Amino acid sequence: MIALKTLTIQKVHNALVKGEYSALELAETYLAEIEKKNKELNAYLEVFADVREQAREADKKIKAGKAEILTGIPLAIKDNILIQARRASAASKILEGYVAPYDATAIKKLKKAGAIFLGRTNCDEFAMGGSTENSAYGVTKNPYDTERVAGGSSGGSGAAVAANLALAALGSDTGGSVRQPASFCGVVGFKPSYGVVSRNGLIAMGSSLDCIGPIAKTVEDAEIIFDCIRGKDSLDSTSVELKVKSEKLKVEDLKIGIPRSFVEADGINAEVLKNFNESLERLQTAGAKIVDVELPSLRYALACYYIIMPAEASANLARFDGVKYGPRVSGSNGINDYFKTRALFGKEVRRRIILGTYVLSAGYYDAYYGKALAARSLIRADFEKAFGKVDIIAVPTSPVPAWKIGEKENPLSAYLADIFTVTANIAGIPAISVPSGNTKSGLPLGLQIMAEAGSDGILLNICKSIS
Amino acid sequence: MIKKEDIKKLAELARIEANEEETKSLAKDIEAILGYVQQVQNVLVQDTVQKDDALINVFREDANPHESGIYTDALLSVVPERDGQYVKVKKIL
Repeated sequence: MIALKTLTIQKVHNALVKGEYSALELAETYLAEIEKKNKELNAYLEVFADVREQAREADKKIKAGKAEILTGIPLAIKDNILIQARRASAASKILEGYVAPYDATAIKKLKKAGAIFLGRTNCDEFAMGGSTENSAYGVTKNPYDTERVAGGSSGGSGAAVAANLALAALGSDTGGSVRQPASFCGVVGFKPSYGVVSRNGLIAMGSSLDCIGPIAKTVEDAEIIFDCIRGKDSLDSTSVELKVKSEKLKVEDLKIGIPRSFVEADGINAEVLKNFNESLERLQTAGAKIVDVELPSLRYALACYYIIMPAEASANLARFDGVKYGPRVSGSNGINDYFKTRALFGKEVRRRIILGTYVLSAGYYDAYYGKALAARSLIRADFEKAFGKVDIIAVPTSPVPAWKIGEKENPLSAYLADIFTVTANIAGIPAISVPSGNTKSGLPLGLQIMAEAGSDGILLNICKSIS
Repeated sequence: MIKKEDIKKLAELARIEANEEETKSLAKDIEAILGYVQQVQNVLVQDTVQKDDALINVFREDANPHESGIYTDALLSVVPERDGQYVKVKKIL
């Protein structure tokens, strides 16, 4: 039996090339682990029936001496990223039975590299939430404490990696949906700069915010996946090629900015704050310079996010009309089909569609959407100014550790937990969550590090040198 | 103050069917969320750096279309009801 716990992509690659075990044996080991644990965790909504065939194909490639770093690496894919001829539902009843007619660009690249897809992972419906409690297919449980959430929206991907049900995973991040579940599950989650990974084939929520990103056990693993899936794509006109070279920075030369007043605002859990300060002390001991930075507009970040995101989501989700995809619930006439079919949307999705419709409606547009756009430019400008003085900015990933299932019934209280992650999506900058220790009761915590837009490589290098 | 009638109107515009009970709970939730997000109204627009000037048009030229029909079957394969090469819907007029 292969010991899954200590595996990394590089280790597996070396073992596969040396013939210590085959991709098939590795895949079998993961399948056995999934069989054992998934019933309780609910990380996967579907385990693909052809995993062994995929692994045999990878083994052929390895035998032929054509192995790339990701050949034979078993991955979990969030249920809102399309894989041709496989189901994708965004954890929603409105896409039940939908089979993707094409590959997302990120998937196409992973396929070309020979990666293996184990299955599709649970998430909040249409990625709307921070706990997977909004999935139409039940909550994903946290491997560290099954009475608690795994985070979200990419909770299934986070739990799968943490519980060794996949070596790494893809998630999507609109306001923290890769970083927060990674922090709740004690793994690494990376949200790239906006546009660096093509959104083609990602089921859209907030198109100016959405990013596909890796969840992995180490920064190195996250980087390997990121390097495979990034790049300009003619099928996503907002995609860009990374231009900035990934220079190496020594810890001793590092200037880390801390937006103190933002971090220490109301609502941060005492253990989270203590853990954050301890992380900073460790960095300081290692030689990094810790500097206070002021980003006054960050106080508007969450409000700005909860206007722009529902506005974009309400427009994006108009396409689910019972005509083009998924099931149709028949009503008395055409318009009734539309209403009846959209009754398949869950509560949170309906709430955000109504909220988005409100902030975009004539009479309220200027007061909400217009002002949110203005706040967004201020936040961007604040970050640009701050990155003139420091190399990276650090904040906790989440103000609280994983909460108990059912604890956050009030939607606004759940939204407030996104305070530290939404800022990177609003500004379009890269941000990563790395494990920073545990609470007394053993729940994982994460340190979030952000860098300038386009400095994804620098950010990853810094994380490698400090972790 | 968000009234139940406002929610009903919005739901109709968004093609969401909401019963009495959901309308009530939506009114309460939306009211609370708007109460929080309205703080953006304190942003002074003249203070904002017009960064959006830096944004560029990313639309491609309306040229070089793909060969007609090559994706038709794939796309029609996911519609709930079809009739040959057509998407089938109920009578509209």
